[in-house]
Amino acid sequence: MIHKHDLIIVGAGLAGLRAAVETSKYADVGVISKLFPTRSHSGAAQGGIAAALGNEEHDTVEWHVFDSVKGSDYLGDQDAIEMMCGEAPDAIYELEHLGVPFSRTKDGKIAQRQFGGHTKEIFDENGNSKRIPVLRACYSADRTGHVILHTLYEQCVKSNVRFYSEYFILSLIMDEGVCKGLTAFNIRDGQIHTFHAKAVMFGTGGYGRAYRVTSNAYANSGDGVAIAFRAGIPLEDMEFVQFHPTGLYPLGILVTEGARGEGGFLVNKDGERFMKNYAPTVMELAPRDMVTRSIQTEINEGRGIDGKDFVNLDLTHLGEAKLKERLPEITGFAKTYAGIDPVKQPIPILPTAHYSMGGIPTNLFGNVLADEKGNIVKGFFAAGECACVSVHGANRLGTNSLLDAVVHGRRTGKTIVKYLRDAEFGTLPANAEEKDIEKFKKLYATTSGENADKIRVRLKEEMTNKCGVFRNEKDLLSMLDTIHELKEKYKNVHMMHKGKVFNTELQEIIELGNMLEYSDAIVTGALARQECRGAHWRIDHPKRDDVNWLKHTIAFKTEKGIELKYKPVKILKYQPQERKY
Amino acid sequence: MKVTLSIQRFDPEKDKKPYRKEYEIDVDPTFRILDCLDKVKWDIDGGLTYRRSCSHGICGSDAVMINGKNMLACQVLVQDFKKKYIKIDPLPSLPVIKDLVVDMDGFFAKYEVVKPYLIAKTQPPVKERYQSQEDRALIDEAVNCILCGACSASCPSLWSNDAYLGPAAMLKAYRFVFDSRDDAQAERLDVVDTPDGLWRCHTIFNCVEVCPKEINITWHLSQLKKKCAMREL
Repeated sequence: MIHKHDLIIVGAGLAGLRAAVETSKYADVGVISKLFPTRSHSGAAQGGIAAALGNEEHDTVEWHVFDSVKGSDYLGDQDAIEMMCGEAPDAIYELEHLGVPFSRTKDGKIAQRQFGGHTKEIFDENGNSKRIPVLRACYSADRTGHVILHTLYEQCVKSNVRFYSEYFILSLIMDEGVCKGLTAFNIRDGQIHTFHAKAVMFGTGGYGRAYRVTSNAYANSGDGVAIAFRAGIPLEDMEFVQFHPTGLYPLGILVTEGARGEGGFLVNKDGERFMKNYAPTVMELAPRDMVTRSIQTEINEGRGIDGKDFVNLDLTHLGEAKLKERLPEITGFAKTYAGIDPVKQPIPILPTAHYSMGGIPTNLFGNVLADEKGNIVKGFFAAGECACVSVHGANRLGTNSLLDAVVHGRRTGKTIVKYLRDAEFGTLPANAEEKDIEKFKKLYATTSGENADKIRVRLKEEMTNKCGVFRNEKDLLSMLDTIHELKEKYKNVHMMHKGKVFNTELQEIIELGNMLEYSDAIVTGALARQECRGAHWRIDHPKRDDVNWLKHTIAFKTEKGIELKYKPVKILKYQPQERKY
Repeated sequence: MKVTLSIQRFDPEKDKKPYRKEYEIDVDPTFRILDCLDKVKWDIDGGLTYRRSCSHGICGSDAVMINGKNMLACQVLVQDFKKKYIKIDPLPSLPVIKDLVVDMDGFFAKYEVVKPYLIAKTQPPVKERYQSQEDRALIDEAVNCILCGACSASCPSLWSNDAYLGPAAMLKAYRFVFDSRDDAQAERLDVVDTPDGLWRCHTIFNCVEVCPKEINITWHLSQLKKKCAMREL
């Protein structure tokens, strides 16, 4: 079946829905999601969304820009960061006008809290400048992503946006370098559909699901990233995977950084508040990469609690009332999954794969880039975690992800509205669905072969161990071997269930293929990058190397394997400095 | 440790009617019921079908009935059950698509009836609309709804009359009626102040007992009822 829409958006998280709100006033929009839209993983974001509103204390956009640049370990493009932080206040006010129920200050304004790496400049008695934490994260208790996601969905209902829920995307339809639509299958009946569009936008989210310990949803299998890569589009900075410092032990379920923003602190088995040894001025509110490495070092050096792989996050001094008001969701998680009452006991935590800084390269306006030179792919756009603008560089600051999704969802929407004024439906190539039909036929014909779960478990286990918080050449080489071996096995994967209706085994097998596809790019990029920068930490190359590596990785899929090219970082006001907190 | 899952199975491509199948599996006591389902799916029967995504109780995908009570499969652990024989069924009263997957189209159609979006009739200010902490507190619980459907599928009033909008849709109506920024109170009350709206709620409290976000739904509905009664005076 062929569906025709001016614009097809894939992914119904914050980026996709914000773009749908923006474009549906002017164009016929269809939104595809493999879930029901409100199930998207943006809804799991807890702590807040950054904007220098200054509602609680003096704050400036300039400080937000500086913090984001420094937080990115100087790999973020400063033109993009300036635009994002500059548009942040308006984007937040708009969300509020659309109905987002933010928590409030005493005088009824949007409430704000502290978050890691977000600072203000103060001067000590000698006139020396010093940076300390600032109240910048706009929040709704610890359910900020949830309330924004639901509000944006509500606005789409109001505008009668056409949703294709529980459709799973398979391939982009590219014709002579122009994107003309995509193929997807309806999970409910297993039928392959063609979506013919003047423009396609991806807001398909991140790729953390390739790791065993992760805060990511089952859905975060990086489908959009892998599908773009397969269609000949390069991927940028894939080696930069953020490990959030505080995943609930042992699963890695997210415990918001807002817990530390509200005053929570970290202790090792000796009861020592160890962050004083790593980031003496901001302590637990250092950026995530630093806190994560500090925790992992404590664990690796035998200072985990009871000698195990976790340290404690102590919130007991905050008191029951504050936990109930500000951090109810994580209080519930701790009780449900760890049998811990945070009012009385500390929470066991460990670093967890959380956010994908890399992804599909775009310019500032959401156009997808075809190469390292900045040529654009006509008809194809991307925003949010699947995209790499790059505003997060080598390490994203907490609360900048929701901001990225909303600001770039909005801005990409505006770009698409302009693009659609002159765009036409091209002619679809005759064989658009052929490859996918073949792939399905092959899977339905299997009677034996490799077990998909065994491949998946090994990929996730080894990615966590060999391409995790600390990396080295030996492990990365071994990881590449594993990926190549698993890719071979995957060619012979066995699908046990042959039904058409809601065949979630079929879906999982395709997701696994996507995970293998992009993991190759993560590891290849990580192996090449011989330095430590942000979330990418090579113990065999223990320094940041601005002379050789102050540049973005651009990975291309070629017949001979992955080829790496590079492009320079946009540096405006802030020259790289040593990163101390 | 060993547990036995007794799961209601139904494959529309093969089965005339649902049947039960038992699976004995080896698990850790800290496994979520969702992990148990995964174990069956990945090791024994790839055809076992259920919805899931976030796996920690915020996306609302995996509401099912476990030992007769609606809950999220990811929000309850094996060790939470005394008996190691656990019955898992799809949410009751909704059409079954396959195994534990139910058709929620009707549920979402009712959600849309209550105009589930902010309607503000004045021009927004340059910055945010102000809302006092007291006013924000009125919708504190209501905005936590994850639309999992556990409440509506537990409601005897809805079981006996499918036209009833149900607790989830009503709660959404509350969320906007009691939002100080919303200007469409009358329109919204017109939708719920009907025989198949609020007045079908007989305060049975099943919804409150099953809500995975611990929202006191019945209390919210009673506030809406009060609002409707007041406007008729």
